[in-house]
Amino acid sequence: MDYGFTEEQKMIKELAKKIAMEKALPLRAELDESGHFPWEVVKACAEANLTGIGIEEKFGGIGGGTLEYCIATEELSTICGGIALSYAATGLGTMPIILFGNEEQKQKYLPPIAKGEKLAAFGLTEANAGSDAGGMQTTAKKDGDYYILNGTKQWITNGGEAETYSVIALTDKAKGARGASAFILEKDMPGFTFGKKENKMGIRASATRELVFQDCKVHKSQLLGKEGLGFIVAMKTLDRTRPGIAAQAVGIAQGALNEAVKYTRQREQFGTKISTFQAIQHMLADMATQVEAARALVYLAAREIDSGSTETSKISAMCKLFASDTCMKVTTDAVQIFGGYGYMKEYPVEKMMRDAKITQIYEGTNQIQRNVIALEIIKEMAAKK
Amino acid sequence: MNIIVCIKQVPGTTQVKINPETNTLIREGVEAIINPFDENAIEAALQLRDKHGGKVTVITMGPPQAANALKDAIALGVDDVVLVSDRAFAGADTWATSYTLASTIRKIGQFDLIICGKQAIDGDTAQVGPGVAEFLGIPQVTFAVGIEVNNGMLKVNRLLEETNEIIELKMPAMLTVVKQINTPRMPSFKGKIKAKSAIITQWNAKDINAEENKIGLKGSPTSVVRIFTPPPKGGGELLHGSADEMIDTLVKKLRDRKVC
Repeated sequence: MDYGFTEEQKMIKELAKKIAMEKALPLRAELDESGHFPWEVVKACAEANLTGIGIEEKFGGIGGGTLEYCIATEELSTICGGIALSYAATGLGTMPIILFGNEEQKQKYLPPIAKGEKLAAFGLTEANAGSDAGGMQTTAKKDGDYYILNGTKQWITNGGEAETYSVIALTDKAKGARGASAFILEKDMPGFTFGKKENKMGIRASATRELVFQDCKVHKSQLLGKEGLGFIVAMKTLDRTRPGIAAQAVGIAQGALNEAVKYTRQREQFGTKISTFQAIQHMLADMATQVEAARALVYLAAREIDSGSTETSKISAMCKLFASDTCMKVTTDAVQIFGGYGYMKEYPVEKMMRDAKITQIYEGTNQIQRNVIALEIIKEMAAKK
Repeated sequence: MNIIVCIKQVPGTTQVKINPETNTLIREGVEAIINPFDENAIEAALQLRDKHGGKVTVITMGPPQAANALKDAIALGVDDVVLVSDRAFAGADTWATSYTLASTIRKIGQFDLIICGKQAIDGDTAQVGPGVAEFLGIPQVTFAVGIEVNNGMLKVNRLLEETNEIIELKMPAMLTVVKQINTPRMPSFKGKIKAKSAIITQWNAKDINAEENKIGLKGSPTSVVRIFTPPPKGGGELLHGSADEMIDTLVKKLRDRKVC
């Protein structure tokens, strides 16, 4: 199936697949074990122009949209969800600049990201501000032409590896959510350091660290949009990038399905290949159907966003919810099909199952996604009356 | 610095079949790729260009579909490509191929360096690169694993079985490269877009002023009589006993076979 892809989208798929097979596959087990950052794969993505997918051509990118970003992320995730995340998280960190950056900020920050010379990261989550972003405590106090940042961001993907950070902080604590603002920060700014690197269950080839701000002085020219727009920046960014996480989930699930089908055609029990057992066949059929349904929803959401629609929260949340739940189920079933071998690290499915779990949690837990969806459908119904 | 890279489109598999009548490879229905060593040659050329400036031109001799290999080269970032294609080139051996490529390079004109892969993975002869250098009358270094350019001089590191050899030479010259020299870059999206609309320059035998009796099967001094997989060698015989006993047995066996 070609999913109605354009010639350019097929090229992106082909390039991402080549990188996944030639660069990510030989490294995935080693990086899962060591937790080292996949620089070699990121470099290949840069050479292939994939780091510039969402960036306009005048800033050195290739001017693609959400669908192109999803295609690349899905294809890389088929081989390794952790490596794919290191790539995708740059897209997340760049999105606030693409959406809310002024011409000067775009000119300064986008070209090196497009070229893959620099990575980006997005800093929203804190120890007490996860699903409830209102619990944020990082502050940015105005001082003349500068803002002074204090606080700690937690679990920031690409933390320490990225050079460019989009960070949300409170400029007016009294106003709560309306008192947040978004800033562009650079690695090595005085007062900006990194906390410990997290030791994670899955997606271990990605770097997750704390961003620590201690009287970090940021010039007002680094403000994204206006003061007080921080939560809008964060929400609009996440609406756009959620399909990327959904695409990661579809990729991981597809990878697990591929491994499972391959294994059932080799493994013999009771004197025959286990692919001949109906119990196995039905599992594979369900897995394949669920993956295809999830993929369809991801592409639908991505196309909706790319069409310029402003009503994308619901579909964006739906694709993230469905794809990540599917991913967890399919990878768990893949381990089941492998039996005892599936539980061992010699085969890749146990890693895929570990990688799958985070997709139900990050960029908004699936419970939060359900809140968003429910709220939207109730609002839609109320508007009709 | 103007660099010409000679590439070959080869089947993307090691499971090639031989046509029993012509004793040549059956290429139909097999995915075609750029010969892997030639990808290293392209990468070496691109790195030299990126460092010293100039232009990389990739040429190949082959059927019209070899244009796809040239499009892949464009996607990697080369500046220019030429396909030399003519029915009269069919059946060329390494001598006729070298002559054809050398004639193409003469037609291109000015160049500083020619880079080829050390050999093609289908024929494995490793003769075409050196053949091109001989036809053009320029110096050559094979099995390059490192290339440096300083004040118009080349310093080439040759990878040999037991050792490395450093050779300095003047340009123009021809080098063949081994896979250890570099890791070929990924094709880029922008390159693929460029390749899609690229018009591939195509020259025939007349365009490159090739003499009729030096090209294709007719111009090939090699004729393949038979292709076969050699039967596996029988296992050796291990002698036992003291040194004296073993020497006696050995000498006796050699005498029986009239070796000594």
